[in-house]
Amino acid sequence: MILQRNGKYLANSETLTRSSIDHIYRTESRRVLATLIRLLGSFELAEEALHEAFAAAVKQWPEEGVPSNPRAWLVSTGRFKIIDRLRRDAKFDTLQDQIADKLENESVDPADLADDQIEDDRLRLIFTCCHPSLAQEAQVALTLREICDLTTEEIARAFLIKPTTVAQRIVRAKSKIRDAGIPYEVPPPPELPERLESVLQVIYLIFNEGYAASTGDDLLRLDFTDEAIRLGRLLNQLLDDSEIKGLLALMLLHDSRRTARASADGNLILLEDQDRSLWNQKAIEEGSELVREAMNAPSVGMYSLQAAIAATHARAPTYADTDWNQIAGLYTLLLQANPSPVVELNRAVAIAMKDGPEAGLTLIDDILTRGDLEKYHLAHAARADLCRRLGRHDDARSAYQKALELAQLEPEKRFLQRRLMELNE
Amino acid sequence: MKYLCLVYYDEKMMAQMNQQEWDTLNRECMSCVDNLQSQGHFLSGAPLHPVSTATTIRVRNNQLSTMDGPFAETKEQLAGYYLLEARDLNEAIQLASKIPPARYGSVEVRPVRELQAEGNVGYV
Repeated sequence: MILQRNGKYLANSETLTRSSIDHIYRTESRRVLATLIRLLGSFELAEEALHEAFAAAVKQWPEEGVPSNPRAWLVSTGRFKIIDRLRRDAKFDTLQDQIADKLENESVDPADLADDQIEDDRLRLIFTCCHPSLAQEAQVALTLREICDLTTEEIARAFLIKPTTVAQRIVRAKSKIRDAGIPYEVPPPPELPERLESVLQVIYLIFNEGYAASTGDDLLRLDFTDEAIRLGRLLNQLLDDSEIKGLLALMLLHDSRRTARASADGNLILLEDQDRSLWNQKAIEEGSELVREAMNAPSVGMYSLQAAIAATHARAPTYADTDWNQIAGLYTLLLQANPSPVVELNRAVAIAMKDGPEAGLTLIDDILTRGDLEKYHLAHAARADLCRRLGRHDDARSAYQKALELAQLEPEKRFLQRRLMELNE
Repeated sequence: MKYLCLVYYDEKMMAQMNQQEWDTLNRECMSCVDNLQSQGHFLSGAPLHPVSTATTIRVRNNQLSTMDGPFAETKEQLAGYYLLEARDLNEAIQLASKIPPARYGSVEVRPVRELQAEGNVGYV
């Protein structure tokens, strides 16, 4: 880490400066990086510049004090360090000299500006990292690395892949940005909906990776849900759009059930069995307020509808007292906005709660007969549950069995086994 | 008559060349172009960046969808080409989305590189 100064006694004022440099690194480094990418036109040069700028701060600030405009200072210092480096290399390569000339002439020195006069380039960075020309796995890796400042090791651990694979994805994505000419810009309004969709997808994917890992033993990976919510907040602060609010609300509302969702021994607790007093009321309030704003928009998108469903659950004092009418209605709207068999399955479950298990079972059997969700464990689990409630224990048993064969997550498997045992008692 | 000559090879094979071998091949291409030009045969042509830099677009129901990589399905066959000048990839995507067959098949957008005597960008 660049802020480490080893083997030297730190005087009091120096300790103070050090802790404020750490603080500035945490709060400013992404914003400084985003601006350096714009000024230097290259991810690689910008990263080098950021590193050099903080190294200079660690050296200079303890003696000269922290400047009044640290952000501007860092941008300016990083830019000059790169121009100097290019000049030194220019002795061997005249092209470097031309690049340095261009860099020097094309912008004013940011050091003369106040911090809030420095343009916020983070939205540019987000849209570039989530460009649909990049493979989605590259979009995710680049977003976590560049915007969230996670290391390749941290990203690799979360996705159960090798750090070298992550590093390679990031390197390739950066060369594609350079070679294919992906511009560093916020897309103009006509292109915004399609482009925003891929940004929201990346954030939601990161959230889900943390919320329920698709395989393995960890039911919850707290860090990634936090990162995704942080990204959602940042995006919401930078851009006004109802679906951003919808996604942020959806994540907050899901996350509000974090501690109620798994028992101390790591077992899954279904919504109907959760201790609702454990739900995080602050997150629910914030999420519900965002849902209200999102649902007032002229067109309501799929994240807003899902958030509205989550908010309806969050409002209910008990599972039985849930407004199933409203939930079934919202699922019908969601099915229109985003036709998918999984949404259809959820709608069937809501209708079973509203009109009785028989009505829900008819719908689920329709979906399963079509073959769309034949391999989806939750479809069989839902069918099993309705059969159980109808007293059709043999059907329930074989459906739980089928779900158990298809489930991959350990806590989910244990849950299904428990249900199967209860049925046999 | 005019003829379009499409060049194919295995990028992995090219990646095994060292910079010198690769630059030699590029110089050969430059003199090939010079020859064709002096004989009046050469109309236009350019080498492409690797397939990893490709973007594929489709237009369905007036909706543009952008995807990474070459995505042409095996049941789709090459039907034509447009060489476009654009400010950046975003502009190229917008221009390409107006190509009528994008509504039926797909259009692969690939950046063109420049042949250089040395220091050519290779494959990894």
